Amino acid sequence: MKKKWYDYLWIVSLSYLILGFFNIMFAWLGLLCFIIPLIISTVKGTKGYCNRYCGRGQLFGLLGGRFGLSRNRDIPKWMKSKWFRYGFLIFFFLMFFLMLWNTYLVFAGASDLKQVVTLLWTFKLPWHWAFHGTIIHSGAAQFAFGFYSVMLTSTVLGFVTMILFKPRSWCVYCPMGTMTQLICKIKNKE
Amino acid sequence: MNEVKRMSRKAQVDENLCVACGCCLKICPLGAITIFNGIRAIIDETRCVGCGKCAKECPASVIDIIEVNV
Repeated sequence: MKKKWYDYLWIVSLSYLILGFFNIMFAWLGLLCFIIPLIISTVKGTKGYCNRYCGRGQLFGLLGGRFGLSRNRDIPKWMKSKWFRYGFLIFFFLMFFLMLWNTYLVFAGASDLKQVVTLLWTFKLPWHWAFHGTIIHSGAAQFAFGFYSVMLTSTVLGFVTMILFKPRSWCVYCPMGTMTQLICKIKNKE
Repeated sequence: MNEVKRMSRKAQVDENLCVACGCCLKICPLGAITIFNGIRAIIDETRCVGCGKCAKECPASVIDIIEVNV
């Protein structure tokens, strides 16, 4: 089948991770991965983002498929259960709001900018080389560090399940995927 | 006279567990799959030849190839 322009969006996803290594402010671009699927699902009522444009899914598909990094085993039953998918969505949201709160504290001047990327909500990785000052506010940089943490964490999780199970196992429990499917269910009254 | 039964292989989606990611839709060589309203994958049985590519690709492993009477 002839490849379309959107079949190359994995390059964008990969570039995003690389750019954030050199300048953390690029992390802001990751908001597109949140906003676009939400717009498509609320306006059109489809999962068009997952189905076509998700660069992260394509990246996992490529690494696990063509590069053969996946064991290609079935994902465990509990990981595709509604309990786990919705539970993970809620957990992800809580962590996201915690990140927003920390950003707010920096904006309000109550705490200082922490130049670290938090992996798996636990491990603080030094990342100071990617910070070159900001003309806006140190809070804007705090958000960038926080958002990049979210993106890197989900990439690492997706990478591990890509190896263990099928290439795009991340799609099964991806919070954005679960949320857009939920929006579609509500919008299409099901 | 013996009735001649013809069996055919078709893909079947577990609608309850489908995450509507669209991996099957991309891999299907016959374009027999659509994602219905962003909720679940639907197989067009008139086009499906039961090749099993979608079942292999499905990250949630919720597609089975079943034998059906035609």
